[in-house]
Amino acid sequence: MSGTQTTYNDKVVRQFTVMTVIWGIVGMLVGVIIAAQLVWPELNIGFLHFGRLRPLHTNAVIFAFGGCALFATSYWCVQRTCHTRLWGGPLIPFTFWGWQVVILLAAITLPLGFSQGKEYAELEWPIDILITLVWVSYGLVFFGTIAKRTVSHIYVANWFFGSMIVAVALLHLVNSAVVPVSLTRSFSVYSGVQDAMIQWWYGHNAVGFFLTAGFLGMMYYFVPKQAGRPVYSYRLSVVHFWALIFTYMWAGPHHLHYTALPDWTQSVGMIFSLILLAPSWGGMINGIMTLSGAWHKLRDDPILKFLITSLSFYGMSTFEGPMMSIKTVNALSHYTDWTVGHVHSGALGWVAMVSIGSVYYLLPRLFGKKEMYSTALVTTHFWIATIGTVLYIASMWIAGVMQGLMWRAVNADGTLAYSFVESVKGSYPFWAIRWLGGVLFLLGMLIMAYNMFKTMAGGNTKDAPVIVPAAHHA
Amino acid sequence: MDINDLRSIITVAGLLCFLAIVGWAYGRSSKKGFEEAANLPFAEDDDQGAVPSASQPR
Repeated sequence: MSGTQTTYNDKVVRQFTVMTVIWGIVGMLVGVIIAAQLVWPELNIGFLHFGRLRPLHTNAVIFAFGGCALFATSYWCVQRTCHTRLWGGPLIPFTFWGWQVVILLAAITLPLGFSQGKEYAELEWPIDILITLVWVSYGLVFFGTIAKRTVSHIYVANWFFGSMIVAVALLHLVNSAVVPVSLTRSFSVYSGVQDAMIQWWYGHNAVGFFLTAGFLGMMYYFVPKQAGRPVYSYRLSVVHFWALIFTYMWAGPHHLHYTALPDWTQSVGMIFSLILLAPSWGGMINGIMTLSGAWHKLRDDPILKFLITSLSFYGMSTFEGPMMSIKTVNALSHYTDWTVGHVHSGALGWVAMVSIGSVYYLLPRLFGKKEMYSTALVTTHFWIATIGTVLYIASMWIAGVMQGLMWRAVNADGTLAYSFVESVKGSYPFWAIRWLGGVLFLLGMLIMAYNMFKTMAGGNTKDAPVIVPAAHHA
Repeated sequence: MDINDLRSIITVAGLLCFLAIVGWAYGRSSKKGFEEAANLPFAEDDDQGAVPSASQPR
């Protein structure tokens, strides 16, 4: 290529990458605190009780940790695979600073009790408007960059990131429709069962697009890069993408089994959830098989360990999810800790691990180093995180199934065999094990932060030149 | 026409559309383009040692 050499915009990637680790620690610390509050109720001090901190935990890990990871990786990937600098000028820093302000406002308002009362969409309407502005800017930057690409194809990871941006915009706008009565108080425009259905259409697709499609975008870029070979089957990745797009939107009703929602709607939700197993496992196999012929790399590359283990947990939780959506299974699992275990199998095992692996890939490249300060500490992090995740989900499986069985047990005369508080008492040891699992996972993140700051020290932050692929002819 | 007829038509059209995508993805004509696309991440300086052409049509 002739003419002036442009560079990639790595500054914004650097900012979001570092904040991924910071917000990860904050969000998981709050998680550890509320897990401790369940074991030791006296830790519920003043307004910092479980009810106020739980939405802070979910918002912090999903939108602060997960969100920053998505911004960082999508901005990196879209530039590297479109072979052009990020488009958008001032919109780019606005997405970073705007998103950080959203997070800070969440951290202030949620403990004070300002909430719309919608799960994963608790933030009050002024913050919702700021989220909309940031998200639209994000979409403009991302699709603007794709529009000025110097290659003809749009790499599959960008399809996943792009669908995440579009779907989340749609979900946020519909679910957050409210009538404000003051700056800090508003009421949903929906009511009754419609409100519940729209909430779980939102909630499930936040899982499907924010926490799945976006992180699959990460998988489709960072697994091939770290393995040093193209994705196992590009055809399968295309089918994977469209199958998820056609199916996910209909699975939400499985959150409302045996409620006032019409039976047929529940059945539709269940059937689409079962269908989802196919594309989910197709994607998992596609990611893992990318290593085919290079399995030895898994032995001494802890970044690859993170990425491939995340896919294993993705496979586990996307098998468990469809199973739990079956009405008869749901009759046992719903409202128990089994659901909490399932969520964390996805959140810790899949979302966090694929993000951590990607961040470890990015950090040395962003700060002009050949590798992380300590590869041994990355390996330590991997094992601590894996043991923490397994402790967490295994204890929640046992607690959840036990709770479900106790709640449904009846005596010969039809009365309930156990009172609710007996199931609470029986859950204590498992809640303590869950807390320990969370502590281990948090410990891993602290090791990561130490490793990150050591890698950053003395690093150079010169932006890399844009490479136009020589081999690419029209 | 009942609104439910329209809903059924949309559902069937969605399925046909998806099957058409599968047919296109596994068709012969898309092979070359997919191979180019699959290698898009491998044009950076740090990829000199990588294997940029190992993709097989599967």
